[in-house]
Amino acid sequence: MTSAVEAAAGLDVPSGQRPARRRRRRRNERVGYLFILPATAHLVLFALVPILFSLYLSFHEWTSPSFLDAPFVGLDNYVSLFSDDPFWHAMYNTAYYTVLSVPIGMAVSLALAVVVNQKLRGVNVFRAVFFMPVITSWVAVSVIWITLLSPDAGLVNYLFRLLHLPQQNWLDDPHAAMFAIVLINTWKTAGFSMVIWLAGLQAVPRELLEAASIDGAGKWRQFWNVTLPLLAPTTIFLVITGVIGGFQVFTPMYVITEGGPLGATDVAVYHIYQRAFEEFSMGYASAQAWVLFAVIFVVTLLQLWFIRRRGESNLI
Amino acid sequence: MSRRKTLLGALRALPTYVILAGVGAFMLVPFLWMVTTSLKPSGTTFSYPPDLIPDTFDFGNYVNLFTLAPFGTYVLNSVVVTTLTVVGQVAFCATAAYGFARLSFAGSKSIFVLFLATMMIPFQVTMIPLFLIVFKLGWVNTYQGLIVPGISSAFAIFLLRQAFLTIPRDYQDAARIDGAGEFTVFFRIFLPLVKPALATVAVFAFMGTWNDLLWPLLIGRDENMRTVELGLAYFNVTSSAYEQPNWPLMMAASVVSLLPVVVVYLFAQRYFVAGISLSGVKG
Repeated sequence: MTSAVEAAAGLDVPSGQRPARRRRRRRNERVGYLFILPATAHLVLFALVPILFSLYLSFHEWTSPSFLDAPFVGLDNYVSLFSDDPFWHAMYNTAYYTVLSVPIGMAVSLALAVVVNQKLRGVNVFRAVFFMPVITSWVAVSVIWITLLSPDAGLVNYLFRLLHLPQQNWLDDPHAAMFAIVLINTWKTAGFSMVIWLAGLQAVPRELLEAASIDGAGKWRQFWNVTLPLLAPTTIFLVITGVIGGFQVFTPMYVITEGGPLGATDVAVYHIYQRAFEEFSMGYASAQAWVLFAVIFVVTLLQLWFIRRRGESNLI
Repeated sequence: MSRRKTLLGALRALPTYVILAGVGAFMLVPFLWMVTTSLKPSGTTFSYPPDLIPDTFDFGNYVNLFTLAPFGTYVLNSVVVTTLTVVGQVAFCATAAYGFARLSFAGSKSIFVLFLATMMIPFQVTMIPLFLIVFKLGWVNTYQGLIVPGISSAFAIFLLRQAFLTIPRDYQDAARIDGAGEFTVFFRIFLPLVKPALATVAVFAFMGTWNDLLWPLLIGRDENMRTVELGLAYFNVTSSAYEQPNWPLMMAASVVSLLPVVVVYLFAQRYFVAGISLSGVKG
């Protein structure tokens, strides 16, 4: 009994008992592998193999799922990509969407978080209400907002008329469609970022705000000079994950605009999806996916480099 | 005195409540629009000005949904796929997370890093080969094709590993001294201690699977293998190409697709919030 306690506690064990301990460790190792086996097998088959397979595909002219001996084309897919204007147009749209949606989404969700961070009766109900769009599927969101934004019978244009604002064609107008999607996206995802901002806000020490208040800083000054700088880790997290998510946007364009009107909302992933599963150019589409990944990777590295240069490296 | 104080406090909070009510309306009116439109007669086109609250309620769309369209099949498919994915993800990820957090074996660290590394490759990169693998397995238009690729998640393993790491070593040692095997220690002692983290993983798996469109779009090609989301998306995409879509019917379908998620959200709200806050802390 005593020796078992000592062995378990990792204390010195008399040399005569070493083999038993080793046998036990080996058995422990086997148990460890057994525990991670299902998930690891899954990882190999459904994550690692597809990643390597995708690289392989991008060097072949693969045009149908049943066609297994696709010819090797070397870097051809990547080379023709450079002069593929529609692809770069889609990349441009993706960047435009990201540049619009990330700051707007972050500002709106921060404002929501500040408002619901106050100790007020019933504030939890509002938190739950703001979270409702987050749990709603994109398909249902599209059905709702396509009708709300209908040019001649939609509620939004009706409100615009009441307020004497010009009528918009929203999703039918190539100049307004992307902005409409950004608006819908903000409505849908603000509650999610709000929860992340809230966690950050609740970590701001009360004493600091009180000290600033004693020094004569108003609510507005307190927010800009104390709260916002302290929220830097949250801000960085939301910018980096937001940009990655923005570059990977697909569902709203698939269910709301189908990339239109006139390709105005054709974004990279929607473009890749069409190449792969409507035209079945799976090799070429794989090369596009890797280029998209490379772009996201470089953009993320640039952001990290920028943050580090500003001397906030302790935050990453 | 005290009553006057509370009155004053309420007055001071008034502007905040006005803002809250305004934003709340912006968030909720689209849902109100969805519910009331679903109660308009099937095939109604929109009137101008829009009537947010119709004079009469017509439940015909909900009946049509299950008689005209195979919506019952879609619901069944979604229930089967979501339930098995949630159960599978909890089982696969809890065991793996426990292995990484509490058992020592050679290569444990590097294998875990491999899991984390795959989180950085976007789904779009693996989507095409994943489809080809599932195609070669003959799993297109099958439940296993819809379920198996999503049955494990590196993020869930990461989240559960963090939860297992917070439990003091003594628990493990005490149970071992009492002669309990590794599996008993795992099931009887550790799993009950990380119930909140398990709930968070289950809730996220539920939401992700129930609301997913892209994977069912690739795998559930036959009408009888569609999920609720995919069925709804097909209503949308196919109808708009040929004719004026039947919006009241689609709104009814949206309401039905949303109901299970709302119910789960009402019961598990804190696990949603815990999971999101944790994903924020991670960065």
